[in-house]
Amino acid sequence: MGLRHAAAALLFCLCGPVVAQQTGPSTVPVEDADAQFPIYSDPGRPRVVVPENADAPAEQVVAGLSNDSVAITASFDGSEILIYGAIKRETPIPDGPPLQIIVTIEGPSQALTVWKKERKAAIWINSEHVEIGAAPGFYAVATTGPLDQILRPGWDSRYRISLPLALRAFAGRISVGDTVPFTEALIRLREENGLYRLEEGSVKLVDQTLFRADISLPANLIEGEYKTRIFLLREGRVIDVYRAPIEVMKVGLERWLYRLAFDKPLIYGLMSLAVAVAAGWGASAAFRRLRRA
Amino acid sequence: MQIFLPIAEVSVNAFTLIGLGGIVGLMSGLFGVGGGFLITPLLFFIGIPPPIAVATGANQVVASSVSGVLAHVKRKTVDFRMGGVLLAGGLVGSWLGVFVFTILQSLGQVDLVVQLCYVVFLGLIGGMMLQESIRALRRSRNPVHRKRLHQHNWVHRWPLKMKFRASGLYISAIPVLLVGVAVGILAAIMGVGGGFIMVPAMIYLLGMPTKVVVGTSLFQITFVTAFTTLMHAVSYNTVDIMLAVLLIVGGVVGAQIGTTLGARLRAEQLRILLALLVLLVCGKLALDLFLRPDELFSITTGVR
Repeated sequence: MGLRHAAAALLFCLCGPVVAQQTGPSTVPVEDADAQFPIYSDPGRPRVVVPENADAPAEQVVAGLSNDSVAITASFDGSEILIYGAIKRETPIPDGPPLQIIVTIEGPSQALTVWKKERKAAIWINSEHVEIGAAPGFYAVATTGPLDQILRPGWDSRYRISLPLALRAFAGRISVGDTVPFTEALIRLREENGLYRLEEGSVKLVDQTLFRADISLPANLIEGEYKTRIFLLREGRVIDVYRAPIEVMKVGLERWLYRLAFDKPLIYGLMSLAVAVAAGWGASAAFRRLRRA
Repeated sequence: MQIFLPIAEVSVNAFTLIGLGGIVGLMSGLFGVGGGFLITPLLFFIGIPPPIAVATGANQVVASSVSGVLAHVKRKTVDFRMGGVLLAGGLVGSWLGVFVFTILQSLGQVDLVVQLCYVVFLGLIGGMMLQESIRALRRSRNPVHRKRLHQHNWVHRWPLKMKFRASGLYISAIPVLLVGVAVGILAAIMGVGGGFIMVPAMIYLLGMPTKVVVGTSLFQITFVTAFTTLMHAVSYNTVDIMLAVLLIVGGVVGAQIGTTLGARLRAEQLRILLALLVLLVCGKLALDLFLRPDELFSITTGVR
């Protein structure tokens, strides 16, 4: 690493919270969530130089999704999304290292708290905690190759592509010395649940022109708009981005019950009780008849 | 068969839930405990978010208790007068308990207090019951000592005496109310119906005969858990009716089998079984507190 890089990194450290704020020419607008939480994701991690975008890219993504909405029915058990597309270019395929593609799907964000247990007076209790302002409820990254080889750190933080960077921001006062174990634990726990996933090499790219990615959505999805992004990379730099939304919502009985529970909670509560009492009485009557017979 | 729960927002196997409900229903019919202290941790275990597990667990307990209490009414083993006094105390207690719970929440140590409550109470009650029922079992084997009709203790000296005919007791209403209040507080903090505390309290503190204890406790639990369910549904929207229905289907059937089975077993044997079950749950929770957990970190999502 050259001296100039080190100097630039130092400069960005000093700049602090304005790091992710983009200025100057940009082919891609900054996302809403980025504007809402302009702080660099994890204060425990080293800051990196955030590069500027290049001029109009020579290669562009054209893509489609197998379905732009996912309906959660009573028998919903996860869903498979196929993302396919092609690279549009006016000139022949450039020489040098091959084109790389990264596909991400990001679910709606939630505020959450990560707790760490500690031994106090012989028992294990929750002691230290870190509050995270907004972490996606679901986040999947699919790539054509190992993420750390095809994507440079600067571009990663520019677009918040890798898992640690997808956690938006820290909320409130940070009471722990080192936040990294907490964010790592969050990612580990959610990876175990299938909510966060990194699938390196799962995007198939043919002749640097046609690609497809299959991403499976787990059964424990929350409702909302899921954002799909397709990144086109050369030499570790992002040269184009394609975005498309996927709407995830409950339908039919699921939707009706959900709305009733939140809009008319008293009626919903009484209904739950009625079901319980009726079932209890019904079983009692049925068994009495069975015993008599 | 996978099914998606609308409020919990998770997909679970329907048969697992029916089976779970069945086991807890069996306990309910057999011992007169609502089963909340079993169903709530079991629901956590299969991945239901804790607030939804507590609220829906309460709803399931309503169904299994109704089923159980009707069977007991038929056999005339419910002391309605005693149940009514206990219930009055219980509602006051659960209101107080919710207040205490809110304070604990602001201090940030609800989980710990709940777990400690479980360990202490389950340990004490389980131990007491096991010791007593083993002694009773031995006494019945060599019937040298003549048993007194019932023992007179401090409970019998208090004022405001009431006749509880079904229990064959003439005691003060104050200790009965106090038992109700105490159970109500603990029930609200621990998110259970409180039967596993009330049953021993009725036997050992109030001196009620075992045959009316189960029915009377179920009677009180039905109303306390119905109240809790409604509170949760209205103030926190955490009752999942789909989850409740699946648990109930298993639960009501289990409760009926339990009551039939309970009528055939001897009271001492029943008490030993309940004592062992209580001690088992207590031991599991104590281990969680004292042993180094596999996973030090946990996630709680913010207010929905």
